[in-house]
Amino acid sequence: MSTEIYDDGPVVHQPTFIDGTSVEIPELRILRQNGTTYPKADLPDIDQALATKIYQTLAFHRVLDERMVASQRQGRLSFYMTALGEEAASVGGAAALQPQDMIMMQYREQGTLMFRGFSIENFMNQMFSNAEDLGKGRQMPIHYGSKELNCMTVSSTLATQIPQAAGYAYGQKLQGLDAVTLCYFGEGAASEGDFHAGLNMAAVQEAPVIFFCRNNGYAISTPTDEQFKGNGIASRGVGYGMKTIRIDGNDILAVLKATQIARAYAVKESKPVLIEAMSYRLGGHSTSDDPSGYRTKEEEAKWQSHDPVARMKNWMLKQKWWDEVKETALFEKYREEVLAAVKVAEKIDKPHIDTMITDVYDVPTAQLKAQLDAVKAHVNKYPEAYPFTAGKF
Amino acid sequence: MAQINLLQAINSALDIAMAENERTVCFGEDVGHFGGVFRATSGLQEKYGKARCFNSPLVEQGIIGFANGLAAQGTVAIAEIQFADYIFPAFDQIVNEAAKFRYRTGNEFNVGKLTIRSPYGGGIAGGLYHSQSPEAYFAHTPGLKVVIPRNPYQAKGLLLASIRDDNPVVFFEPKRLYRASVGEVPEEDYQLPLGKAEVVQTGTDITLLAWGAQMEIIEKAAQMASNDGISCEVVDLRTILPWDIETITNSVMKTGRLLISQEAPLTAGFASEIAATVQSECFLHLESPIARVCGLDTPYPLALEKEYVSDHLKVYEAIKKTVNF
Repeated sequence: MSTEIYDDGPVVHQPTFIDGTSVEIPELRILRQNGTTYPKADLPDIDQALATKIYQTLAFHRVLDERMVASQRQGRLSFYMTALGEEAASVGGAAALQPQDMIMMQYREQGTLMFRGFSIENFMNQMFSNAEDLGKGRQMPIHYGSKELNCMTVSSTLATQIPQAAGYAYGQKLQGLDAVTLCYFGEGAASEGDFHAGLNMAAVQEAPVIFFCRNNGYAISTPTDEQFKGNGIASRGVGYGMKTIRIDGNDILAVLKATQIARAYAVKESKPVLIEAMSYRLGGHSTSDDPSGYRTKEEEAKWQSHDPVARMKNWMLKQKWWDEVKETALFEKYREEVLAAVKVAEKIDKPHIDTMITDVYDVPTAQLKAQLDAVKAHVNKYPEAYPFTAGKF
Repeated sequence: MAQINLLQAINSALDIAMAENERTVCFGEDVGHFGGVFRATSGLQEKYGKARCFNSPLVEQGIIGFANGLAAQGTVAIAEIQFADYIFPAFDQIVNEAAKFRYRTGNEFNVGKLTIRSPYGGGIAGGLYHSQSPEAYFAHTPGLKVVIPRNPYQAKGLLLASIRDDNPVVFFEPKRLYRASVGEVPEEDYQLPLGKAEVVQTGTDITLLAWGAQMEIIEKAAQMASNDGISCEVVDLRTILPWDIETITNSVMKTGRLLISQEAPLTAGFASEIAATVQSECFLHLESPIARVCGLDTPYPLALEKEYVSDHLKVYEAIKKTVNF
């Protein structure tokens, strides 16, 4: 059906422009930094067991990030990306879903995998590109994924997951499943064409997908005021005719509440939702950059005082669901586990040479087999030059 | 058997694919009620409902991104790009996503259920943006299959095979032949193999190789050459990637000569890849240089289309030159 006339606005006879920044968007905040909740705030569905699981996941996240950056600095690991300061967005999002819901990550959402039970060995094997990696040692560190856990494998290509999430969710809807797709991306990725393509397609096709933007202030070195104009990413959702909410992304209860409601809406109405979570990337973009070149210590210090993990801990302490003894023991346990897992993973062999040609197609073609045979013959001729595979096939 | 045109053969294949599996969807710009600008999807929305056959917004990268997601989810996704000239906004979703999905996830996920249909090629007075033959761009991408049929019978059998193949397939349809090419096509379900060339006419003096709309060009040239006493073996490559090296090299080892005709520009076209492989595999059997009859290295023209494109006269001249080398 075509829209001949927009009948929901007043007709005027003098030119009346709408200001590009005039869309007012409220921001949901439930939990204060001191661990108290705002008066009259609507709390999410959460009990002690869920809260404890979320907090333990946040703690594990902190430890893994800290240890892996150290490993990278020691030269044991080629590359790493932390999610320091914005862990609540991924862990809280995953905690609001059901296991059958698909999660499509951008790359800074390892918290979703942790929440769903991706093992420490899974993380390590991926980062060390060894033979046990589910991804067969083909992608750089932090490109995790798991079919079993309904977490789509990360790819480096930014925003490509956005229209894919719309299609994935549409497939879930066609099958009549009680399932949604949660799609993460950063505010920088929202400048890509795929963001606009994906939101528009999801809105038009009415796909049950939750678009979750982590607005963390920076795309590598580019701050948001050099990335876009207008009222953030949330205003784009309004433009695409999509139910939209902005939340404090460092407030685990706000993340949980908004995502729980979004999931219920997406399933019931079979329509997309956009969540914009306001946060800050306290770490560098990756271990390959140094933020001191493009932002101030004062700015970082301000955001350190909004730390989402400390905020949840304060709430847990007030609930009497947590104490300092448990805290110390948990962090100590995770540090030991991570260190032990690094030592194991870095000693596991690299993937077998045959994996060079598998999974390009469902079955390797004759050409690929011939090319592999040529490589094998070459490796056998100069074994000392190819230590990962020589003598192992 | 009924005589139908190439569009009707495509429509029949889509109908069979949608009837056999309720998790098959078909979408793209104007694909819904209108049935596509060429009418390839005519009647499918009426038959299978708007949820399974629908118009997409005008956004090629969105169409293929959406299709990748559907296929990863297990839905059979048949996406139409209205003209191959407009496939490039979706290049990233095809080349970086669809083609690499299985590999990069270690086979945790794949988009084998994806088929991309798109009309390609010249001969319809379409100028530079309704005439291109972009198969070589995609042939340079491991993980894709690229298929081009030459007539209605081939179109139906190859499209059904492409839809059912467990790899992402780019299926280019020769739009000049949509209504011009008519032939006998079984009403029932059948498939033709991917990755297999077909020898459509045996001969002894030279192998003529092409695909899609160029097939009738080389067949006509072969007829002219036979009047001169030159015996041509005519081969349809059918699948551009992965291509059937064995059938081509067997033919060239027999005839000692090869001519490849393509609509696309000469430089780095798929004919070049074939020529490189054949000279490597058949070096001692070749009696003359491999000939490539192609478009010029220019955009596809409008007024001077006849001069630009590889036609039967250019192929005929190249046959004589090659045989008399």
